[in-house]
Amino acid sequence: MNQTAKGLDRRSLLAALGGGAALGAGAAAGLTARPAAAAAAKPDPAITEVQDWSRFLGEGVAAHPYGKPSKYEAHVVKRDVEWLTAGRESSVNFTPLHELDGIITPNGLCFERHHGGIAEVDPAKHRLMINGLVDRQLVFTMDDIKRMPRTNRIYFLECAANSGMEWRGAQLNGCQFTHGMIHNVMYTGVPLRILLEEAGLKTNAKWIMVEGGDAAGMNRSIPIEKALDDCLIAFKMNGEALRAEQGYPLRIVVPGWEGNMWVKWLRRIEVGDQPWHAREETSKYTDLLADGRSRRFTFVMDAKSVVTNPSPQAPLKFKGPNVLTGMAWSGRGTITRVDVTLDGGRNWRTARLDGPVLPRSVARFYVDFDWQGEELMIQSRAMDDTGYVQPTKAELRAVRGLNSIYHNNGIQTWLVRANGETENVEIS
Amino acid sequence: MSRFRKVFAAALVMAATAGAAEAGRLGLGREALPEEVAAWDIDIRPDGQGLPPGKGSVKEGEALFLEKCAACHGEFGEGAARWPVLAGGFGSLKSAAPEKTIGSFWPYASTTFDYIRRAMPFGQAQTLTDDEVYALVAFLLSMNDVVKDDFVLSRDNFTSVKLPNEAAFYLDDRETAEKHFWRKDPCMTACKDKVEITGRARVIDVTPDDKDKSMKVE
Ligand code: HEC
Repeated sequence: MNQTAKGLDRRSLLAALGGGAALGAGAAAGLTARPAAAAAAKPDPAITEVQDWSRFLGEGVAAHPYGKPSKYEAHVVKRDVEWLTAGRESSVNFTPLHELDGIITPNGLCFERHHGGIAEVDPAKHRLMINGLVDRQLVFTMDDIKRMPRTNRIYFLECAANSGMEWRGAQLNGCQFTHGMIHNVMYTGVPLRILLEEAGLKTNAKWIMVEGGDAAGMNRSIPIEKALDDCLIAFKMNGEALRAEQGYPLRIVVPGWEGNMWVKWLRRIEVGDQPWHAREETSKYTDLLADGRSRRFTFVMDAKSVVTNPSPQAPLKFKGPNVLTGMAWSGRGTITRVDVTLDGGRNWRTARLDGPVLPRSVARFYVDFDWQGEELMIQSRAMDDTGYVQPTKAELRAVRGLNSIYHNNGIQTWLVRANGETENVEIS
Repeated sequence: MSRFRKVFAAALVMAATAGAAEAGRLGLGREALPEEVAAWDIDIRPDGQGLPPGKGSVKEGEALFLEKCAACHGEFGEGAARWPVLAGGFGSLKSAAPEKTIGSFWPYASTTFDYIRRAMPFGQAQTLTDDEVYALVAFLLSMNDVVKDDFVLSRDNFTSVKLPNEAAFYLDDRETAEKHFWRKDPCMTACKDKVEITGRARVIDVTPDDKDKSMKVE
């Protein structure tokens, strides 16, 4: 165990370590049942002493014109894995799923993946061009776009490489790292269909290419059916302007499909009669199978779920009543059911879905359970309204081999030990 | 503004958008000028659509690559430090460590042109001339044994270049190949006898804050 962590309280210990990997048995030694009705030995100073915040005036309304979380939540941050990439401009960080609840990801905690750093686009100079197989090649300003009929939709965005480091076996201790390339946000935007109709599609329009204005000039091909179905050109997330790292001032929303397609800093849409086979749909985001061949255009994200608490960064602390919670999502439709096992898949119970359960959005599930210190092997299994059932990792590998990188939606296992410590394992 | 002029201005605006409104459109945005489309329309497709006039030789490409690219990608495209490898990797795709390069993996040469033109050199995007991009693509093709050392790549011969792995790609077939993942009534009780732990993340121990471990993944 990390020597310097000695003497820190449990919270800052976890924050300092950022995961359960180095969490020694000692940290969880104080497990108690603490029944609600038990009598306190001596009066609690948190009650008997007047706290500073109860006596002195706090900061005034002008102190934080743009609010931020309590200083006691400073450990709740996105984190990156330095060894993953050569540099930080083309890299990724991860959402701290184990610290969140409900279905909405706060804007500041939405994971980031960019290929040429964060573009700081001046909205007054931002233009969206539509060219190619259209009756009129058009240019829009942000003002133009904000005068079009808009809509609000909650969708998850999951990177196709989420859980990609786990293809060969359990690697990272923490759902932030194994599953944190997902966020769930309410977008405000204009249906792409409206923009395309404004330009007028030619009859041979079959694909569009969306392109970003960043230093990577990110480009992806999208079939015209999807473009006309539910794609949005979004300028707000969770009510406020897109964050710069999420594509300010404009990004495309491609519901249920892999995050790489949701091009940020969107500056151009070209309409064509065939796909472009851009670098991000050939060199990357193709799924290499065991026979050496590769699937292409594996756009949709299959149903998936993960238990976020307990998990390696959020071990169990108390015997007795506990809340198990997690999230489930499907790019093919709506989550209909999530089952949870505590005994490694021998027996399953159906979890309680709570909060809005929407198509192509994260759904929140709970299992309220009683824990007496026995070893647990926790898994969750999502189902969607197409009848798809989240497969085990073994079932996935049987079809796809070990080199696939992308689209790992296999069932995750957390081992909870007698001291509450939780680790990422794989089981038979 | 006088009342009359206001009404007049309103009538003008309505006249301007009437055509769009009749067609069920909003009449927002304006027509893009040809120069504007030309400035932004930089994409290249496998059928050659988008290729600009120009040409470049393997030899020219080699000099450019050494000057502008080799610091990250290595002199022969073999990759310096942890920057992407651009050449080699043949026969590695079925192995435990597949090396996906332009020659071993990419289906189309046009992707190389499209990507270098828009994104490279990293941090100096869109600084290369069209002839320079032709030369760099020619050099990378030669490093991948796709063309000879004396090859000159141009708009005219571009689509004759074929990459060896093109046929290995096929469309998403999950709905048939993984049909068994759509199953009714998954097992709920007594689903298996015993459970054994087969792998642990802590054995690999690469979770961040473990500073000296380094691994390479994509
Ligand atoms: C400062 C380092 C650097 C320099 C210089 C550089 N590159 Fe790159 N190159 C990168 C990085 C980083 C990536 C991956 C970017 C990403 O992740 O999106 C990349 C990706 C590529 C790729 C795609 C690789 C793949 O497998 O998908 C090609 C092709 C490429 N570079 C060519 C070039 C050429 C040609 C030059 C010179 C004109 C060049 N690069 C200069 C860093 C560099």
